[in-house]
Amino acid sequence: MPEIRVTPLGAGQDVGRSCILVSIGGKNVMLDCGMHMGFNDDRRFPDFSYITRNGRLTDFLDCVIISHFHLDHCGALPYFSEMVGYDGPIYMTHPTQAICPILLEDYRKIAVDKKGEANFFTSQMIKDCMKKVVAVRLHQTVQVDEELQIKAYYAGHVLGAAMFQIKVGSESVVYTGDYNMTPDRHLGAAWIDKCRPNLLITESTYATTIRDSKRCRERDFLKKVHETVERGGKVLIPVFALGRAQELCILLETFWERMNLKAPIYFSTGLTEKANHYYKLFITWTNQKIRKTFVQRNMFEFKHIKAFDRAFADNPGPMVVFATPGMLHAGQSLQIFRKWAGNEKNMVIMPGYCVQGTVGHKILSGQRKLEMEGRQVLEIRMQVEYMSFSAHADAKGIMQLVGQAEPESVLLVHGEAKKMEFLKQKIEQEFRVNCYMPANGETVTLPTSPSIPVGISLGLLKREMAQGLLPDAKKPRLLHGTLIMKDSNFRLVSSEQALKELGLAEHQLRFTCRVHLHDSRKEQETAMRVYSHLKSLLKDHCVQHLPDGSVTVESILIQAAAHSEDPGTKVLLVSWTYQDEELGSYLTSLLKKGLPPAPSGGS
Amino acid sequence: MKLYCLSGHPTLPCNVLKFKSTTIMLDCGLDMTSTLNFLPLPLVQSPRLSNLPGWSLKDGNVFLDKELKECSGHVFVDSVPEFCLPETELIDLSTVDVILISNYHCMMALPYITEHTGFTGTVYATEPTVQIGRLLMEELVNFIERVPKAQSASVWKNKDVQRLLPSPLKDAVEVSTWRRCYSLQEVNSALSKIQLVGYSQKIELFGAVQVTPLSSGYALGSSNWIIQSHYEKVSYVSGSSLLTTHPQPMDQASLKNSDVLVLTGLTQIPTANPDGMVGEFFSSLALTVRNGGNVLVPCYPSGVIYDLLECLYQYIDSAGLSSIPFYFISPVANSSLEFSQIFAEWLCHNKQAKVYLPEPPFPHAELIQTNKLKHYPSIHGDFSNDFRQPCVVFTGHPSLRFGDVVHFMELWGKSSLNTVIFTEPDFSYLEALAPYQPLAMKCIYCPIDTRLNFIQVSKLLKEVQPLHVVCPEQYTQPPPAQAHRMDLMIDCQPPPMSYRRAEVLALPFKRRYEKIEIMPETAVM
Repeated sequence: MPEIRVTPLGAGQDVGRSCILVSIGGKNVMLDCGMHMGFNDDRRFPDFSYITRNGRLTDFLDCVIISHFHLDHCGALPYFSEMVGYDGPIYMTHPTQAICPILLEDYRKIAVDKKGEANFFTSQMIKDCMKKVVAVRLHQTVQVDEELQIKAYYAGHVLGAAMFQIKVGSESVVYTGDYNMTPDRHLGAAWIDKCRPNLLITESTYATTIRDSKRCRERDFLKKVHETVERGGKVLIPVFALGRAQELCILLETFWERMNLKAPIYFSTGLTEKANHYYKLFITWTNQKIRKTFVQRNMFEFKHIKAFDRAFADNPGPMVVFATPGMLHAGQSLQIFRKWAGNEKNMVIMPGYCVQGTVGHKILSGQRKLEMEGRQVLEIRMQVEYMSFSAHADAKGIMQLVGQAEPESVLLVHGEAKKMEFLKQKIEQEFRVNCYMPANGETVTLPTSPSIPVGISLGLLKREMAQGLLPDAKKPRLLHGTLIMKDSNFRLVSSEQALKELGLAEHQLRFTCRVHLHDSRKEQETAMRVYSHLKSLLKDHCVQHLPDGSVTVESILIQAAAHSEDPGTKVLLVSWTYQDEELGSYLTSLLKKGLPPAPSGGS
Repeated sequence: MKLYCLSGHPTLPCNVLKFKSTTIMLDCGLDMTSTLNFLPLPLVQSPRLSNLPGWSLKDGNVFLDKELKECSGHVFVDSVPEFCLPETELIDLSTVDVILISNYHCMMALPYITEHTGFTGTVYATEPTVQIGRLLMEELVNFIERVPKAQSASVWKNKDVQRLLPSPLKDAVEVSTWRRCYSLQEVNSALSKIQLVGYSQKIELFGAVQVTPLSSGYALGSSNWIIQSHYEKVSYVSGSSLLTTHPQPMDQASLKNSDVLVLTGLTQIPTANPDGMVGEFFSSLALTVRNGGNVLVPCYPSGVIYDLLECLYQYIDSAGLSSIPFYFISPVANSSLEFSQIFAEWLCHNKQAKVYLPEPPFPHAELIQTNKLKHYPSIHGDFSNDFRQPCVVFTGHPSLRFGDVVHFMELWGKSSLNTVIFTEPDFSYLEALAPYQPLAMKCIYCPIDTRLNFIQVSKLLKEVQPLHVVCPEQYTQPPPAQAHRMDLMIDCQPPPMSYRRAEVLALPFKRRYEKIEIMPETAVM
């Protein structure tokens, strides 16, 4: 029985290290290849030895697909392709291909230069890895090989994020990556057609949250920033260089302009300019409004937001700083945080999800004293605010997407087990489909029943059509034909055509049945009785009495003969071809019931 | 399977394909050569044009002198210019299910079809095609609407009158169906019926056929189309190029195994080599400017101009032209320059690589930044303050019948120091110049047409091996002006089937199989 198998190597009942193996129609596909922000040891990368212990990965995987540029979806890619070894194709969208190597290089620098890790991937490895990438466009059908095809759909979330449909024959799986079902200030909403996959693998970060309107959250955010700046405090907003940062910049930029505020806004890291440039050049991936107005005003050319210098952190007076990375686990955002944490006038706003183990996660869960490196204890007096700006679908959005795609079953990844449990029940109740939530390393197997495509000869089809009325969906109809299988190519043709094509002589298969009748009259008379009996019964068929004494019904031949021993018995020989089996056996059973009594006049 | 041919213009095609009970229109090009019969629309009152003598019949009958004017022996209609539409009577256009657009030049008749024929279907085109197509249409509407003309001539169209007129008016076809330009509202309504598609996207039409656009290498977002069922395949090749300019290269492999290949949009100047033309363009430009003259380049606001500006960028310093102002004047100049920078996914590999850095893919961004290239919506406003001579002006329309170009022709035509350089191949330059005669200005003809030439076509056909080729009749014989050049026609086996305007072709096509599915339960029996 054919089946689809799914095994998460990461993101199974967890957020981070997304990496999901899918086997479908004999093809193996790896979805995402991420790192885990919460770990610094081996656990930060997926365990690729699960795929094969000593063989080459290229022999086991037909392709790798990366959904978007966030490191928890692509951070392990150079390790996977260059250090473990994979030479097959890696698919991602154009913006992802452009931005991914920059974030990987950033990640490498923090790991190697700042933390001094050895045995990490090198810059050259990132370059070599990116050479294996094949860029795809939205809705383009990419033929990975003869049977395997993939197609990308818009996912919102971040610039270039995509959902992917993976299809072999009539079987298909959709993987959402991270997505957003409501358009935000710079991106549009995710969309997929009613593609009815066998399985939908969806993220479930906000499985239990139904978020209030975005407008309210934005107003809240602006109010908090404004209040802090008014009282002379500093606002730190830890972000990832690309994504939420741009949305919040647009928000603050327009607010500053409207309110005519003077406090400086800074954006840390040299990436700013560059990051905004990517948004300008890939503006076709942003939302309708930005795309429509970009000629008059490019939303990514900021007037109020300037580049940050490390020395600015000690400047007196209010300021707003966007600093990377977003979970306060390393780098500049953490440095600034340490400087400002002691002052209650200041504020840190966490605009996104924080993985367990990061400083961001600790302060959000209410910890006010943090142990830093060197046993230092950092006391936090600044205000800590959480604002969910991550562009993930909430429970409502996830249900909406399931409704759009109409899958036969759903599988949850990229979320916490408890929350998944709740969503799983909800999906099973509402859509009456099976919902799975495997842990890392656990395999889900789904049996499938793909139908077999066959080419039917138009001649045969038309001949069958001509025999009856129009096709009636409620009634099955019998169709005689010959199925020719030739190099995994199936054709249904008329038997004459098949014989001709294959150069075979026709063999006729005939059934002959003997029916005994009690009848002492002559054979000719018996035949005559059979004839008139059948003639009266079978009004729709052509019944004939031939000069040689035999009777035919269509092409079925009936002859009467004397019994060799019993003169009071006659033997009827009924003979038909294989094609007429139905009528032939019907006639036999009819004749076995005997003939009606002969008209009395004769005896 | 039938092909209804609604346009006789080989590079501005409009065909309708009936295939498996779907009705598919392939392109809707607008033949604008009809406007050459009209007087130019000047932006500023032109005493010369308004004082042209009326034309009268040889017998002295003067009833036409209000409608027809004479200039240097040629007769022009003094009226709002009109366009030659695709045939609308050959087939009921309300039955068209979908329209497939291959590039922005081949969609200019769209508003006439979608707004006035009862059409209720969907139009498919790529995003750059729609955006740049919109710019071309907006420019056209702007050019025509900003110089309102009271007069709409119609007496000359009367059949009995027309045959008395001199050539080429006498020979103009279907004049009764010529129409004035559409409005901006009609453009918006037409464009709202377009659904965006990407290369290699498979679009199902009613479950009967599948259509797929493929990169054709000719312009930003330009496509060829595959129309196929499970067992039959028609390729529609329109405006393709094998030269390495800015667009993504042509996808040839996907055209293989076609039962029928419809071939349109070949180069209009088969004897000219585009690279040579670009060289000639720059040497005449430099020569004129060095002698203190101005250069006028009549052009469309998108397309070849991007390549010319890129060559200019490489050439400007070495040729000592860095002090010469370059002006690009069009109501959509700014939009066109901006749009060209955001279609990374539709560009050739080199340009894509630049976007990944991230840098703008076209160097005209730098020309603008360094003030070497300036763009204006029209000659009015800022331009009149900044205008310095000698200079180089890129502006439309290439027909020289409307747009800012009319003003520069009037302004510079009298001096032999100035030069007009024709780069667009769509209009005969002699006909375009006729209403400006006599001219002292130098005229250089450097048509740059990057579309396939006949050598490339025969190579392509050998490679993709279609069973049958269908093409406009013009491609089955050498061009009339070069009747001895037997190499300037399509040569393939079996010989191509040719079509002409208003013809219906039955395509040699035998459907033999249809796809069904067998349920797995039946299969294991």
